[in-house]
Amino acid sequence: MSLPSPQFNSLGTLQHFLTLDGLDKATLTSIMDTAENFTQVGDRVIKNVPLLRGKTVANLFFENSTRTRTAFELAAKRLSADLLNVDLVTSSTTKGESLLDTLRVLESLQCDMFIVRHGESGAADFIARHVKPTVNVVNGGDGQASHPTQGMLDMFTIRQHKGAFEPLCVVIIGDIRHSRVARSGIAALNTLGAGEIRVVGPRTLMPTNVESLGVTWYSDVDVALKDADVIMGLRLQTERMSGITVPSSREFFSTYGLTRERLSLAKSDAIVMHPGPTNRGVEIAADVADGPQSVILDQVTNGLAVRMAVMSTIMGNAEPLREASSQDASEGVNRG
Amino acid sequence: MHVDTPTVEQMLDRMQQQLAPFCESDPSVVMIGIKTGGVSVAAALHEALGIQTPLGELNISFYRDDFSSVGLHPVVGPSTLQAPIDGKHILLVDDVLSTGRTVRAAMNEIFDFGRPSRITLAVLVQRDGHELPIRADVVGENMNLSDSAHVQLNTNPWSLDIGERS
Repeated sequence: MSLPSPQFNSLGTLQHFLTLDGLDKATLTSIMDTAENFTQVGDRVIKNVPLLRGKTVANLFFENSTRTRTAFELAAKRLSADLLNVDLVTSSTTKGESLLDTLRVLESLQCDMFIVRHGESGAADFIARHVKPTVNVVNGGDGQASHPTQGMLDMFTIRQHKGAFEPLCVVIIGDIRHSRVARSGIAALNTLGAGEIRVVGPRTLMPTNVESLGVTWYSDVDVALKDADVIMGLRLQTERMSGITVPSSREFFSTYGLTRERLSLAKSDAIVMHPGPTNRGVEIAADVADGPQSVILDQVTNGLAVRMAVMSTIMGNAEPLREASSQDASEGVNRG
Repeated sequence: MHVDTPTVEQMLDRMQQQLAPFCESDPSVVMIGIKTGGVSVAAALHEALGIQTPLGELNISFYRDDFSSVGLHPVVGPSTLQAPIDGKHILLVDDVLSTGRTVRAAMNEIFDFGRPSRITLAVLVQRDGHELPIRADVVGENMNLSDSAHVQLNTNPWSLDIGERS
C-alpha cells in the first residue's frame, strides 16, 4: 500500500526533506552539526555565504504562514540563492491551473528547489514524486502530518541548551492531535534517544493510539511536569478542529496552561519552548513566554541555521544528478 | 619521504623567521589558520611568535567553488575570528598550497568579516599544481610533486607523509 519513501534519490542520499520519520540518528545529527556551523553567519558584517549562489528556490505556500515563509526566505538569501515567493493561496490554482501545471511551469523557469506548505497531509510527498529528478523539495508543513524543519530546529535548540538527549524528560502540552510540529518532534526525539517523552492534554486533542507514537499520555499537567527538562507548548489549532469537543480558551488555560506556578513543578533549569505564534493566556502565560526559562526566541534564530543546513545538504546531494542531467541535455539525450 | 626534505620543525623555523619582522613592526597583526591542517601550523607559529591577538580559525566549507560538482563538504566546525580584522594585517596560514582554490575561498570569507589592510599568505609546503594566480609570501618548503601525490601533515609528533593518491 505505501510507496517507498521518495526522500532518497538514486544515489541513496537525501534528495527531499519531507518527514523526519525514517531518518536515522546519524542523519539528524549531521544536520544539527551543519546548522551549528551556520549559526555564526548571522553575527558577521556580511550575513551570507555564497554556497547556493545561482540557485533558485521557490516558496510554494498553499497555506498562509508568515513566520515559516519568512524563515525559509531569509535562510535561502543567507545562502545567496535567488528566492521566488509564489502566492498560491490567492491566485493560480483558483484560475483552474492544476498543481502539476504549476510545477511544470516552475520547473521550466529553472527552479532548483521547492519549499512546500500545504493544508493537506501528504502534499509535499505528492509534489516530490512528481518533480524532475534534479529538483529538491522541502516540506514546510503539510496538514497534520509533518513539519520536519520545525522538528529539527526544536531538536537543535534542545541540544544547544541541554546537550545529550538520553537523560532528558520532555513534556509536550496541548493539541497533539492536530499538530504536525508535535508529530515531527516526537519522531525526532525517539530517534535521538530522548529518555522520556510525555504528552499532556485532553483525550479529545490526542491522536488515536497516541501511545503508539512512543510517548506516555498524561491528563494531569501538574503530574506530567514533575522532573521535566524540556517543556514544549503547542498552539491550539482551532482552524483545524471540527466536530470534536474542545474546551474553551479560558478552560484550557486553567486546566493545561503553562503558568509560573506549574513551571515550578519542573526541574529548576527546565527550558520552555513553543513553535509560535503563542496564544498568551491560552497555552502559556505571558510571564512564562517572556520569562528567563523561555527559549522561544532562540528557536526562531536557530530556525534560520537549521533551514540553511537542510537546504544546502539536500541541494548538495542533488548536484551530481544535476550535472549528469545537464550533460545528457547537451548530448541530446531525452530523459523523458 | 624524500631524503633531502627538511623536518617540519625546520620548516616552521623558516616560516617563523620570515614572519617575525611583520609581528615586530605591527603588534596588531591577526593570524588566521585555515581548517583543519592550517590551524595546527598557525597555532605553532602563533605561540612561537608571541602574537597578542587571538588566533582565528577559518572553515571554508561554505565558500568552496566545487559545490556544484561534489555538494556540501563535511563541516569541520564554525569559523572563529575573535579579533576584529578591519584595517588589520592578516597572516593567513595553511599547511599545503597547491591549486590556490582554498586560499581564494579563505580570502572571500575573510572579506565577509571585514576589510583587512593587507593579507600575507604563509604555507608550510608550496607545491606545484597552481590553478590560480596565488603564490605564498612565506614558505616552509617548496616541493615539486607529481599531480597524483598527496601531502598529509601529522601533528604530535610533526611529520609529513607524501604518498600517491589512491
